[in-house]
Amino acid sequence: MNPSGYFRRFFVRNGTALGTFLLLSVAFWMFVMIILPQAFMIDFSFRHNLPPAELGGAKDTYTTEHYEFMVYGSAESEGEFNTVDLGVFVRTLIAAFFVTLFDLAICYPIAYFLAHSAQGGWSRLMVLSLIVPFWVNEILRAFAFRIMFGSAGVINGFLMWLGVIDQPVDFIRENVALYAGLGYAFILLMIFPLYNAIESLDKNQIEAARDMGASWIRIHRRIVIPFAKPGISSGCTMVFMLSAGALAAPQILGGPSSLWFTQIIYQWFQTGNNWNRGSAYALILLASTIIFVLLMMKVFKVKLGEIAR
Amino acid sequence: MSADVELENVWIRFGDFVAAREVNITIPGGSFFSFLGPSGCGKTTLLRAVSGFMEPSEGRVKIGGKDMAGIGPNKRPTALIFQNLALFPLMTVWENIAFALEVKGVGKAERRKRADELLDLIALPDQGEKMVHELSGGQKQRVAIARALAAEPDVLLLDEPLSALDLKLRQHMRTELRAIQQRVGITFIYITHDQGEALTMSDNVAVMSEGVIQQVTDGNTLYDHPETSFVASFVGENNLFRGRVKETNAQQTVVETNVGPIRARTSTKAALNNGDPAFVFVRPESLKFANGAHADNNIKATVHTEEFEGHFWQVFLDVAGGDKRIKMSLVNEGTALGHAPGAEVDLSFSAELAVALPEGQLAAE
Repeated sequence: MNPSGYFRRFFVRNGTALGTFLLLSVAFWMFVMIILPQAFMIDFSFRHNLPPAELGGAKDTYTTEHYEFMVYGSAESEGEFNTVDLGVFVRTLIAAFFVTLFDLAICYPIAYFLAHSAQGGWSRLMVLSLIVPFWVNEILRAFAFRIMFGSAGVINGFLMWLGVIDQPVDFIRENVALYAGLGYAFILLMIFPLYNAIESLDKNQIEAARDMGASWIRIHRRIVIPFAKPGISSGCTMVFMLSAGALAAPQILGGPSSLWFTQIIYQWFQTGNNWNRGSAYALILLASTIIFVLLMMKVFKVKLGEIAR
Repeated sequence: MSADVELENVWIRFGDFVAAREVNITIPGGSFFSFLGPSGCGKTTLLRAVSGFMEPSEGRVKIGGKDMAGIGPNKRPTALIFQNLALFPLMTVWENIAFALEVKGVGKAERRKRADELLDLIALPDQGEKMVHELSGGQKQRVAIARALAAEPDVLLLDEPLSALDLKLRQHMRTELRAIQQRVGITFIYITHDQGEALTMSDNVAVMSEGVIQQVTDGNTLYDHPETSFVASFVGENNLFRGRVKETNAQQTVVETNVGPIRARTSTKAALNNGDPAFVFVRPESLKFANGAHADNNIKATVHTEEFEGHFWQVFLDVAGGDKRIKMSLVNEGTALGHAPGAEVDLSFSAELAVALPEGQLAAE
């Protein structure tokens, strides 16, 4: 397509004033909100952590020391690798992966039900009851989970009443509260892409498969899931990215002995007062989650364009 | 294998709404049977009751003599072809066709072989590797048939499968469907609102209106011997004269109408008594210009327009006291009819070609 012709048509169609506004706002969004801050962070991550007086001075050169620190640790430390940070990093990714799987397992049936079985009023009520709890702010929700999963909380109380356990289980220390909290926090981001994808599936296809004797498992495996794949990947990507990058839930619900990788990043920015190392760590998290997601999309043969559908 | 399908006193209700009322039909195995009716008459609902997607509120559905109550669609010896075909877009053509075999756990090589055989049957050889969206409308149609046949059903159910096609293709597919049915020899139950489809393809047609079966017979009888006013007005074109029965016997009935007394054939099924309100139906092709010759019926009319259609002349006429313009079809014999609009003419028709029926429901125009 001829780009100059395209722009001319764009302005003819929208008028000069609206066209200019649209272009400027998109450009503002792209450069000022996305590219510029990230570019600063990238620049930060490759510089030494210097006192303000030395900024721009002779010592202010580019370096990869922060990235090296993440892998090898400080020169004085024992051991070859920075096992603490690397360990937390890998554990965070694995945990985020399982939170994503857990959300998918819960949300797929809900989304399917909403899209194909629920009737008008019921489906609206269900969607509403899914959305309304998210009006409660994150901190309040996290602390509510903490109380619920605490040793005197309803869950321990219920399990003890049932007689499944006779001692309260420390769900906080075992990180159960954390995974539940994370899973719950991003449930809508999983349900809505799934719902959108499944909802557009022609019901007759399901009936046709059923008419030909297919079991429910086969109908989902051969018809619904392949059709909903873009929605599934879009939901999984969002939940995975956001779980790996969550901060409040790990702060409040995480066990005392386990760290989430974002907490280490936070520490470098706040208590460590080393923004350069913090941004290096944050960029490592960003890059590795993107690579992981792209890898998964390759494995499951999903194209990036399909996700944006 | 083909199987009889019997509907015994079937009622289907949705709350207060009755979608099917006291339906009693036996469809002989191996025949091509159509349900014909306007949209909303309950024909699709009946089909769903046969396929098992719905249970009748009352009565029984039997296939091959076996009561189907409580047996789901996946367990019935039927295969349904949906109005929109519902082919699986993410599978290749052959995978679509072989899906029923995949469900049964047939190995891949055998599935592929069977799919290729069916592709030959529907005259689409070597198209198995294509995706569904690469096919034309008529090809998709045939793939849907092959997919349904792969399950080796005793009864094939078709829910207006031709309605999405353009006219030419639709006419072609009629012939094709009938040929496939005769080749495989199983029972076809076909749902349509298109009388052309029903009359050309079917051994028997059930005309349905508002949940009630009006008449079940072959296409020819349906056209020539309608038993209800609905069938007379829905199947083909008919001119209607309203009136009251003046005298009646087993052969002929005289109905006093606005255009005078009309002598018509007495319907074998519908009993009329003197004084009953009655409809007389006369086909456009049964009307003639009266050339002084004696006929059972003579009426006066005024020519409104004459339309030339090649093999036919369509003449539209007004009759005194008639509530609707009547229509006459004359075979073109190579000379112009030459009536100016407003010309007064005498029409005649034989009593044998007119039928008197009790006043009743008429098909919407």
